[in-house]
Amino acid sequence: MESINFLYELLGKNALTITLVVILPLGFVLIYALVAILAELKTSAWIQERLGPMRTGPWGILQPVAEVIKLIQKEDITPAKADKLLYNAAPFIVFTGAYSAFAVIPFSEYFAPSRIDLGLFYIFAVGSISALGIVMGGWASNNKYSMMGAMRSVAQLISYEVPAAIAILSIVVLTSTMNLQEINKLQTGWFWNWFLFGGPGTLAKWWIVPFTIILCMIYFIAALAETNRLPFDIPEGESELVAGFHTEYSGIKFAMFFFAEYAYMFVVAAILTTVFLGGWNSPFGNLMQGPGWGVFWFIFKGFSVVMVQIWIRWTLPRFRVDQLMYLGWKILLPISFVCFLIISLYVMLK
Amino acid sequence: MVQYFKTIWSGIATTFTGMKITLKHLFTKKVTIQYPDENFPLPETARNRLFMEMTKCIGCKNCAKICPVNCIDIETIKVSPEDPHKELHRNGKERKLWVPTFEIDFAKCCYCGLCTEVCPTDAIIHTKEFEYSEYNRENLVYKFHTLTPEQTEEKRRLLEELDAKKEKEKKQDENKPGNKETPGEKRE
Repeated sequence: MESINFLYELLGKNALTITLVVILPLGFVLIYALVAILAELKTSAWIQERLGPMRTGPWGILQPVAEVIKLIQKEDITPAKADKLLYNAAPFIVFTGAYSAFAVIPFSEYFAPSRIDLGLFYIFAVGSISALGIVMGGWASNNKYSMMGAMRSVAQLISYEVPAAIAILSIVVLTSTMNLQEINKLQTGWFWNWFLFGGPGTLAKWWIVPFTIILCMIYFIAALAETNRLPFDIPEGESELVAGFHTEYSGIKFAMFFFAEYAYMFVVAAILTTVFLGGWNSPFGNLMQGPGWGVFWFIFKGFSVVMVQIWIRWTLPRFRVDQLMYLGWKILLPISFVCFLIISLYVMLK
Repeated sequence: MVQYFKTIWSGIATTFTGMKITLKHLFTKKVTIQYPDENFPLPETARNRLFMEMTKCIGCKNCAKICPVNCIDIETIKVSPEDPHKELHRNGKERKLWVPTFEIDFAKCCYCGLCTEVCPTDAIIHTKEFEYSEYNRENLVYKFHTLTPEQTEEKRRLLEELDAKKEKEKKQDENKPGNKETPGEKRE
């Protein structure tokens, strides 16, 4: 499949450009994480009718920078009874898991670091690496809270990976490709061509629209659970488990966990954007459509999804473990199966 | 089965209700007051740092007596009639007692306000001033007396002279002939 990467087009494919292509999303993630942390601080404050950070820089916009500097300066403690190797490797594995998903995310028509045909499959595969890192961290800390947090995290991930995968597979039935760039190209045109509204097609698609909207919601809920965000943050629930799997972590390693969480938030937002919200396509047909605008639309949509995640975090209280399992296995899973069957039926009848 | 769908529906509906509420709060006016930059209007009856006006103080020591933590330290000297330095109170009456020491230790003060209530002339009052932290505890002892140490010495000397004079007069009275109390001594 012909794929275009603007860096390769401009400078040719050599060691330097390949390194650039690998590093570019990292630069984006660094800047994005700082913006997202500020957004989180400010949104939480505003929802609670506070002002939030106001002292660092104008309107406190330098607060995330100050926090990163603070975390770097802090003492990096390794507990005496911890498994040193696993303990020190865990934060980096979590971040690797989150960052490797960026390899297939199509930022624009002319930029996606890699264009493998099994893009969606790859994202689900590497998404589990983060869970591995969390278990490693929780086990190696040699702390009962960390261990419980890690166990909860795995239970949660296994439960929610299934409905998330089925929601995405239902769309794959419609697209008949797992290449994220191809999925984006299918949704070109007005916003009713997005898979949130049944994808491209004639008006005959109207009866699957409710099901694609439900699938989008299922994926969003499952993605929240996979990123361990409220209301699904039982692996780190402060009031029950101190800080869950990262109880023993401090300084830069804690920052890595924090950073990985925000990076993974963007990964799930990017998948949601690509699969359901048209990716880098403009919602208004040919208006503001193009490679440059593509980057804008993609980041705009992705960040909007992240903002909704933050908004939900400051709205809903935490689920209990049994409620979490009930929601995952008894509600999301059967409904996603039903939607999957209906969409398969539509594709067969078409 | 119906219950199952009802639960799902109420779950979705309540989530959206909650999100609507938080969205509303996102845009309402914030309650935070940026303290050192902007200030909270203090209530009318706020009890903060005390202030004492020496021209009103009559030196009755009522405040020092009622203070539950003994943070007020007062010393008084009677005004000698021969003192050339006369001072008038606010109400036009002449001062009867000099107050060479009037110190309030705000490290001890509990801001109960009893001293302001017992003061007969309303000399001691609460101000709205509350930002007066110090690095040194001694700096929290506020001195409200207006007399200089030299003046205090002068007043003390005048009073001693007056006392000595009175003592002398008393002795003279005793030494007067016809005094019945010490007739025997005189004879010796």
